[in-house]
Amino acid sequence: MGFEKFLFYVFAIVLVFASVRVITVRNPVHAALFLVLAFFTSAALWLLLQAEFLAIALVLVYVGAVMVLFLFVVMMLDINVAPLREGFIRNAPLGIAVATIIVIEMALVLTSDRSGLVSGALQNYAADHSNTKELGSVMYTLYAYPFEIAALILLVAIVAAIGLTMRRRQGVRYVDPAEQVAVRREGRVRLVNLAAEKKS
Amino acid sequence: MDSLLTLVLILLKIVAIVAPLMLSVAYLTYAERKIIGYIQVRIGPNRVGPKGWLQPIADAVKLMMKEIVIPTGANRFLFVLAPVLSIGPALAAWAAIPLGDGIVLSHIDAGLLYLLAMTSLGVYGVIIAGWASNSKYSFLGAMRSAAQIVSYEIAMGFALVGVLMAGGSLNLNEIVRAQSGSVLHWFWLPLLPLFIVYFISGVAETNRAPFDVAEGESEIVAGFHVEYSGMTFAVFFLAEYANMILISALAATMFLGGWLSPFQGIPLLGALFTWVPGAVWLILKTAVFLFLFLWLRATFPRYRYDQIMRLGWKVFIPVTIVWLAVVGVAKWAHLAPWFD
Repeated sequence: MGFEKFLFYVFAIVLVFASVRVITVRNPVHAALFLVLAFFTSAALWLLLQAEFLAIALVLVYVGAVMVLFLFVVMMLDINVAPLREGFIRNAPLGIAVATIIVIEMALVLTSDRSGLVSGALQNYAADHSNTKELGSVMYTLYAYPFEIAALILLVAIVAAIGLTMRRRQGVRYVDPAEQVAVRREGRVRLVNLAAEKKS
Repeated sequence: MDSLLTLVLILLKIVAIVAPLMLSVAYLTYAERKIIGYIQVRIGPNRVGPKGWLQPIADAVKLMMKEIVIPTGANRFLFVLAPVLSIGPALAAWAAIPLGDGIVLSHIDAGLLYLLAMTSLGVYGVIIAGWASNSKYSFLGAMRSAAQIVSYEIAMGFALVGVLMAGGSLNLNEIVRAQSGSVLHWFWLPLLPLFIVYFISGVAETNRAPFDVAEGESEIVAGFHVEYSGMTFAVFFLAEYANMILISALAATMFLGGWLSPFQGIPLLGALFTWVPGAVWLILKTAVFLFLFLWLRATFPRYRYDQIMRLGWKVFIPVTIVWLAVVGVAKWAHLAPWFD
C-alpha cells in the first residue's frame, strides 16, 4: 500500500501543477502541452483506481486524437496573448461562479450513496478481472438507450459541423480520381500512320 | 523486500526485451540499405567489417561524436524532449506483445487498446520537434504529419475493432489463441480487408515511404527533423525503425497468428516443429512485414498529399466499416471454421 500511496501523491502533484500551468502559462502551445500532461497523469491516477479501460481510453481519445488536433490549430493560429489577458479581472467573478458550481456538483456526486465512496472502501478485484467486459455489459443492457441517444447526438453534431463548413469552391483544378483511373490510351492519344516521304 | 525483488525482475525483463530490440533496430538500418541496394542493382554498404556488417556500429559512433546543434529561437527543453517522446511509446508498447504462450511482460486485459494508445502517442515527438525547432520546414513537416496520423489512426482503430470482434478479447494472448488451428485459421483470411488496411495504415503511421510526406526530402528538406543533428537525430532514426518493428510485430500478432507455428494442424510436419519456441515464429513473421516495408520504400514514389487524405478517409474508413458489419454477421452466424 505504501508504494501505491507514494505513486498517487506523485501523480497528484504533477496533475495539479500541470493544470495550474495550463491557465497561467503565456504561450498557448505550452498551455496545450501542459493539458496533455494533465490528461496523461489523470489517466495514471485512474489506473491506480483499477479503471484501466477508462484510463487507456482517455489517453487514446484525448491525448492521441483530440489534443493533436488542438495543437494543430493552436500552432497554426498566430495568437496575440496580451489582449486575451485584459479581460481576466472582468471575467473573474463569472469564472469563480462556474468553478463553485462545478465543485458543488462534484461533491454531490461523490458523496451520494450510489458512488460507493461513502458507504465503504472500493472493492479490490484480482488482476485478471476485466472491467472492459463489465463496462460493456452495463452499457449495452442497462444504459442501451442513453448510449444510443448520445451516439445519435454526436452523429448529428458531426453532420452539422461538416454541413456548416463544407463549400464547393469554383475554379479549382481538381481532377476526380475516378476519372483519372478510367482514362484509356484511346481517349488521349491518336496514332497516325504516316507514309514515308520521298526525296524529290 | 518482496516488492523490491518484483521490481528488479520486471527491470530485467524490460532489459531482455529492449536490448535485442535496439540491436535489431541497428541491423534493420543495415538490412534496409542492403536490400534496397540489391533491389536497385547495387551492392550497398560493404566497407566497414566483413561485407559491411559493422556499418550500423560505425554509424552510431559517428552520430555520437557529432555536435548537437540547437537552433537560435528554439525552445531548448521541448527541442530535446521531442526525440524522447517519439521513441518512448515505441518501446513502451512492447510490454503487451506476447512472445510465446503467456510469455509477456505485462498481462494486461486491455492490451489491444493499450497498444493503440501507445502508437497514437508517437505523433507528439514529430509535432513538438517541428514546432520547437523554430523553422518553417520543420513546422510544415509537423503539420503534415499531425493531419496524416490522425486520419490514418481512425482506419487503424477500426481494423483493430475487427480483430477484437473476431478474437473476442482485448488481450493479445487470447487473440493469438483464438487463431490457433492452422494457417487458414489465422485472422488474415477472415479479416483480409482489415489486414491490408491495417498494414498500410501502419506504414502511414510510421511516416515511411510512400507516406513519408513529413520528411519529404524533395519538398521540405527533411521535414520535422531538419534542425536535428548528432544523437538527437539518431534517436529520431531509432524511433522510426523501432516503430516499424512494432507495427510489423503487431500485424504478425493480430493477423498472422503471432507465436503460433505455421505448420500447426498439418499431420507429421506440425508435430515435427512443436519444439520450436513461439518467439522464433513471431520474429520470422515480423521479418516478413519488415521486408515489405523496405520493398515498398524501394518501389513506390511518394504519395501526393491530397491522395493520402483521400485514401485514408474515403477508401480505408468505409472499407473497414463495411467489413466490421461482415464480421458481425459472420460471428452471429458462427461461420465455420473461424467463428464456431
